[in-house]
Amino acid sequence: MIKKARTLFDKIWEAHVVERKENFPDLIYIDRHFIHEVTSPQAFDTLRQKNLPVARPKQTVATADHNVPTKNQHLPIKETLSKFQVDTLIQNCRDFELELFGLGHEKQGIVHVIGPELGLTLPGMTIVCGDSHTSTHGAFGSVAFGIGTSQVGQVLGTQCLLLHKPKTMRIEINGKLRRGVSAKDIILYIISQISTSGGTGYFVEYAGTAIEALSMEGRMTICNMSIEMGARGGLIAPDQTTFDYLKGKEYAPKDEAWNKAVNYWGTLHTDEGATYDKVLYFDATKIPPMITYGTNPGMGVGIADTIPLDSFEGSLDDYNKALWYMDLTAGEPIQGKKIDYVFIGSCTNARIEDLRTVANFVKGKQKAKDVEVWIVPGSKSVEVQAKQEGLDQIFIDAGFELRQAGCSACLAMNEDKIPAGKYCVSTSNRNFEGRQGPGSRTFLASPLTAAAAAITGKVADVRTMLQEETDLLTV
Amino acid sequence: MKFTKINSTAIPLPIENIDTDQIIPARFLKATTREGFGENLFRDWRYEKNGDTRADFVLNDARYSGKIIVAGKNFGCGSSREHAAWAIADYGFRVVISSFFADIFKGNALNNGILPIQVEEDILQTILQQIYQNPETKIQVDLEKQTVEVPDLNFNITFDIDAYKKTCLLNGYDDFDYILNQKEAIEQFEQNRVDAFFL
Ligand code: SF4
Repeated sequence: MIKKARTLFDKIWEAHVVERKENFPDLIYIDRHFIHEVTSPQAFDTLRQKNLPVARPKQTVATADHNVPTKNQHLPIKETLSKFQVDTLIQNCRDFELELFGLGHEKQGIVHVIGPELGLTLPGMTIVCGDSHTSTHGAFGSVAFGIGTSQVGQVLGTQCLLLHKPKTMRIEINGKLRRGVSAKDIILYIISQISTSGGTGYFVEYAGTAIEALSMEGRMTICNMSIEMGARGGLIAPDQTTFDYLKGKEYAPKDEAWNKAVNYWGTLHTDEGATYDKVLYFDATKIPPMITYGTNPGMGVGIADTIPLDSFEGSLDDYNKALWYMDLTAGEPIQGKKIDYVFIGSCTNARIEDLRTVANFVKGKQKAKDVEVWIVPGSKSVEVQAKQEGLDQIFIDAGFELRQAGCSACLAMNEDKIPAGKYCVSTSNRNFEGRQGPGSRTFLASPLTAAAAAITGKVADVRTMLQEETDLLTV
Repeated sequence: MKFTKINSTAIPLPIENIDTDQIIPARFLKATTREGFGENLFRDWRYEKNGDTRADFVLNDARYSGKIIVAGKNFGCGSSREHAAWAIADYGFRVVISSFFADIFKGNALNNGILPIQVEEDILQTILQQIYQNPETKIQVDLEKQTVEVPDLNFNITFDIDAYKKTCLLNGYDDFDYILNQKEAIEQFEQNRVDAFFL
């Protein structure tokens, strides 16, 4: 019998079908479940109402990230409601016997940063979390996606979900990235081309020479923002880069199991001749450093471009509303725009490699006078590593503030907020109205572009500031 | 909550790409129960910073009310927070009509007794225009027959819905009980796996 050529996504999905019936969603087994304090309390309530235990407690891991302060983490959380939510998570993990990497724990951090760094995220897995950026974990060749709280309850109670199989899309990016251009620019560029709904209904596989050349950190940045094009998730076939990253990680398989695992992971790629529902191609050499100017991640342009005169999709009213909110004018250049804050953090760009890139660029430079710069590591271990490498001193010397791990100003649920009307160049993933605090105005960009803004106090083209040696170190 | 028929006026919200951060901003996600989110539905569009209501927002416009939202394309994009669906349900809405829905929101809505109805863009615009002309316009939604009727416009369209989800809504079931009943199949699956060395 000749086996049908299958995509990477198909292989992983099919390996997790517990039950399939016609005209009915598939019953899918979930290997790894991450939870955090915001989207889990109501799910635990459901378990209590149904008088159920957690079905497979070893497959769920918890952390506190959205609500946590990023300064003085050793002190009790000041904000009452935040404290209550974090305490509720502690209580729930205790009651249901789940592993918690809570505040103060050496493994604490943003859920999508700690999973990979601990080796809890592995190729071939199905991974879910009550959080849309669960797509990050797809960088390892896993099927990873965000779910709602009702589904969090179902996974806790049964380790399964009822799901319709999404359509598949391949996005192929070939060619070598130009100087000063990084993974973040690739994904901002793609979303600016296909819009925030261009991927809705699809699960995306990223491929091509530009993707293969990326580090795991860069691949995570790309998969992270799959949701910003509306896709259910994104994934990348595991390769030597993936295995090298995982080898020796705390929860990754060891010895004999490791060899077995690598053998299996080696089969996780799209077969020759397999077909997708949609295929898109992009040329990496054409991608400039990107920046967003509007209130959704699809409203992005090359840093040297002007703000478009009209929306390429959607209504002119909505387009004008976004520019009004941002207090920007169609047709004006984005470069040179004065900014107030720089936020280098979030599950998109707060891994050690991001901090190294920034440190390497700002070494010996000073931040602009009127700009506040926050560097918020994605996890406790990134924070420790940054200090071990002496990056903290570089940041201090530049006038940056190195904080403690958490989601921070990515969503401003904690104390870190950008004030109303202020502009922030941010390495996070969403520029929605009020996302970084009520009335805040966000420009999404790469860590390098954010660093350039920190130094100049303006939206700046990092390419004009790069020296030859820095060139080699861009993510 | 069972869903059968709704006959109601509707709220026009013709903005595209309404993300769940607008439906319910992050700072209101701190509750640990499902109730009370309606109070902060569309918070930053509904209220000024000092707490005054914003007269220019449709929920504060006395002419418009009802159990149905008619919204622009790509409704519910962004964050997966189910709180968005809870806020919409808690405020009293049971139906959202749009020309496009974000995936996770659609699932969350269906899991909370809210019916997302996708219609063609021109139909969406026709319905919006009619509501603006006459805010008293009634929209009739029949889930069993999968129809949307606007008697004033003399039109009647059918919409698609997944057969399983339809049964769930009509009977007030959710996925949880169904999955719990598959316990044996799940255990069988776990035993037969060959790639489970990482668990
Ligand atoms: S860093 Fe931002 S996007 Fe990532 S999990 Fe936290 S809040 Fe969500």
